[in-house]
Amino acid sequence: MSDLNTITQSLISGDIDSLLEQVKAALEKGISASDILTKGLITGMDIVGERMETGEMFIPEVLMSAHTMGEAVKILKPLLAEGESVSAGCVIIGTVKGDLHDIGKNLVAMMMQSAGFDVIDLGVDVDSDTFMKAIEEHAPKIVGLSALLTTTMPMMRETIEKITQSGKRDSLKIMVGGAPVNKEYADEIGADAYASDAGSACKLAKAMLK
Amino acid sequence: MFTVIGERINTTLKKVRAATADRDADYIKDDVQKQEAAGATYIDVNAGARIGHEEEDMIWLLSVIQDTTQLPLCLDSPDPAILEMAYGMVKQAPLINSISLEKDRFDPMIKYLKGKECRVIALCMDDSGMPKSVDDIFNRAKTLVTELENIGFKRHDIFIDPLIQPMSVAAENGTIVMNAVERIMTELKGVHTTGGLSNISYGLPQRKMVNRVFLAMMMARGYDSAIMDPMDREIMAVLKTADMIKGNDNFCMNYIKGVRAGTIVG
Repeated sequence: MSDLNTITQSLISGDIDSLLEQVKAALEKGISASDILTKGLITGMDIVGERMETGEMFIPEVLMSAHTMGEAVKILKPLLAEGESVSAGCVIIGTVKGDLHDIGKNLVAMMMQSAGFDVIDLGVDVDSDTFMKAIEEHAPKIVGLSALLTTTMPMMRETIEKITQSGKRDSLKIMVGGAPVNKEYADEIGADAYASDAGSACKLAKAMLK
Repeated sequence: MFTVIGERINTTLKKVRAATADRDADYIKDDVQKQEAAGATYIDVNAGARIGHEEEDMIWLLSVIQDTTQLPLCLDSPDPAILEMAYGMVKQAPLINSISLEKDRFDPMIKYLKGKECRVIALCMDDSGMPKSVDDIFNRAKTLVTELENIGFKRHDIFIDPLIQPMSVAAENGTIVMNAVERIMTELKGVHTTGGLSNISYGLPQRKMVNRVFLAMMMARGYDSAIMDPMDREIMAVLKTADMIKGNDNFCMNYIKGVRAGTIVG
């Protein structure tokens, strides 16, 4: 479908004016809001995520695409039919206790949101009890833990242990990330996945839920 | 005099981590010698990456490094117990990296620093997180300076880290930190400003270009120290040239020497 293709391309290049025009034109042609969202925009953000992972696109370009997407979603949201859910699932994300870094975590949250997940961002310095409370309330499919300090990495382990003790471990997938974290550490503490950037985090999240 | 804190001996870097785990003293010695030759003022030592091994790694690194260089060391750990042990091992007054206003860090670090012969890096971080404005940075710097003066620190021994944040995520990050540095250097006369320079270029291509231009712009506002890689020749050339233009280089001698030695190339 060429209309959706054009939308995807405008999103990738972050061309906000063209994108909004194309979205309106597509709606006038009778293409449904949910098709525009999932087949046009989310497809575009998947490509953006891949290009971020490979280093073809840089963070400011990714942010520009995400911002562009946000503007298009504003037009589409009121048009989505009642009860029509395009959500890929709920993700709870936060930087673990003792750690106040948020840049990487915010990028992951933004990419996940653009990929169609409902993202609940618990912020920074989040203790395991707060994670547990949010898990009980929202029943997420994925929990993302971020740590930027070698000293706060053990809090990831503690949070995962807490989730396991609560009996909720099998109901969700746990992803970890942050500069000092690696795959080896993720395996050691019993996480399901490690991602080195927001693009691959998104791809992994989708793959795990398939 | 610009203070270059050489950042290369950090176990979060893969090669250093492997050399530390294998007790490969030659690798560490070689790196430290190169940093010294390139113009490092301090050698930063961070042994925190191998969780559970920080103490033994720090002891090993300090003994290897002090066999190699007379340069003073920058002891980089969040753990006062490690810093206490390291302080007992160093032969010259170290620079301690770091104190911040985060409650869990501030109290033990003030206790640790009291009465010690050392200099200190003070991060403009508090329990509410990263600073978001010039006022945020300045007010935190002011509190840190007051608290450190209260326990006997001289301003000359305080290095304020305003926390450099990447341009890739917000266009105002450069201006905020540059304005904050100018204010700190003017209103808190006598202190130094420092920080992880390369944070500015996170997420951008050709990071070294961004780092170089940023260093020159920061120096114009009074920034007089950085945690950086002294083996990056181009940025060291920018540093010397900017220092000369600021009038800190009598008869431009350091600049000319750098050109003759082939380290400053146009």
